[in-house]
Amino acid sequence: MYAQMIKTARTGVKPREEMSEQERAFQDKIDAGIKIEPRDWMPDDYRATLIRQIGQHAHSEVVGQLPEGNWITRAPTLERKAILLAKVQDEAGHGLYLYSAAETLGESRDELIRLLHEGRMKYSSIFNYPTLNWADIGAVGWLVDGAAIINQVALQRTSYGPYSRAMIRICKEESFHARQGYHAIMKMAFGTPEQKKMAQDAVNRLWFPALMMFGPSDKDSVHSEQSMAWKIKVKTNDELRQQFVDQTVPQIEYLGLDLPDPNIKWNEERGHYDFSDPDWSEFFDVIKGNGPCNVDRMNARRKAWDDGQWVRDGLLAHARKKAAAKVAAE
Amino acid sequence: MKNEWPLWEIFIRGQHGMSHRHVGSLHAPDAEMAIKNARDVYTRRNEGVSIWVVEARHISATAPGDKGPLFEPSESKVYRHPTFFDIPEEVGAM
Repeated sequence: MYAQMIKTARTGVKPREEMSEQERAFQDKIDAGIKIEPRDWMPDDYRATLIRQIGQHAHSEVVGQLPEGNWITRAPTLERKAILLAKVQDEAGHGLYLYSAAETLGESRDELIRLLHEGRMKYSSIFNYPTLNWADIGAVGWLVDGAAIINQVALQRTSYGPYSRAMIRICKEESFHARQGYHAIMKMAFGTPEQKKMAQDAVNRLWFPALMMFGPSDKDSVHSEQSMAWKIKVKTNDELRQQFVDQTVPQIEYLGLDLPDPNIKWNEERGHYDFSDPDWSEFFDVIKGNGPCNVDRMNARRKAWDDGQWVRDGLLAHARKKAAAKVAAE
Repeated sequence: MKNEWPLWEIFIRGQHGMSHRHVGSLHAPDAEMAIKNARDVYTRRNEGVSIWVVEARHISATAPGDKGPLFEPSESKVYRHPTFFDIPEEVGAM
């Protein structure tokens, strides 16, 4: 989710007869469900695709802290504040697990962060939308983390061992995020008419951006096929999006809110809800950097990195001094 | 990048008297900070009662290519497992 539009070097899947012996053995391992581990041989494109996907996923966790951090000091109660603080802290942890997974592929964390700050790597489009009021914080936890969980549960079965293990860990913590969000929205939906209106407004605004989190429609995802063959991706964008809609519609109905899309309708034949596509031109525009908050988010990230430089340098200088003193004493 | 903090591998002992287990890694300038960060990152939900940290460069590991020669021989030694031996029921618990 958190990784949209991951480009692979080629479109389509490399046919077996074009593979080298090593590549064939690698594909057989993947087909047999054996996890690939850091020091195992892997095709260069597999490594590069994973670094891009895991890196983008990690950046999303970290940038995702910004829209929520905005509301920590303005949470309506001390309890909600403590909960939001814990959630935002989790996101930092998730970023760290993912950067660690990317590092096992030979790319350093500082390098990934540099690429993000230079605008050469992306993060999920969803975090370029603003959180305007407290209802948005509830809706973000419920819908955005809810969409993330659907993607991440599938990714627990991804073929790269460290990525899969990071996903397992993240999923354990993530359902707290979705539930605290739904709980906050429940309070509002069942509260005063004004609160209910805020809840409705948040759902209306965040619904389509949440659907975009799964990436473009399968027919436009030219880079998915090889990732599916390598089991870097386990389910297609459209499959995951449908699963999200099917799961979320009854949750909206329980709240007594109106559905955010007039075309949402149960389709008996398919056994799924029908729904409207998001506006894909908006999606591509946000990805390109023209969303409502792209500039703010990147400025906040760069400022945090630059402002923290003296702390990182100071701690490293201290550690080196201590290590030198220890060597001298021996 | 030469000014990047070194990588540490983190091991945590869970609640129930089990061995320390590898849970992940993180960057820190020294061991003291690695422990502090590990506490924040890996024990936010009562996951542990004790932490070990080891700088990643100090860990030696088997090569993936040695998997066969190292670990396959034990596959044919089924007699190392107690279930290999049929013991008559009359003998009682063993």
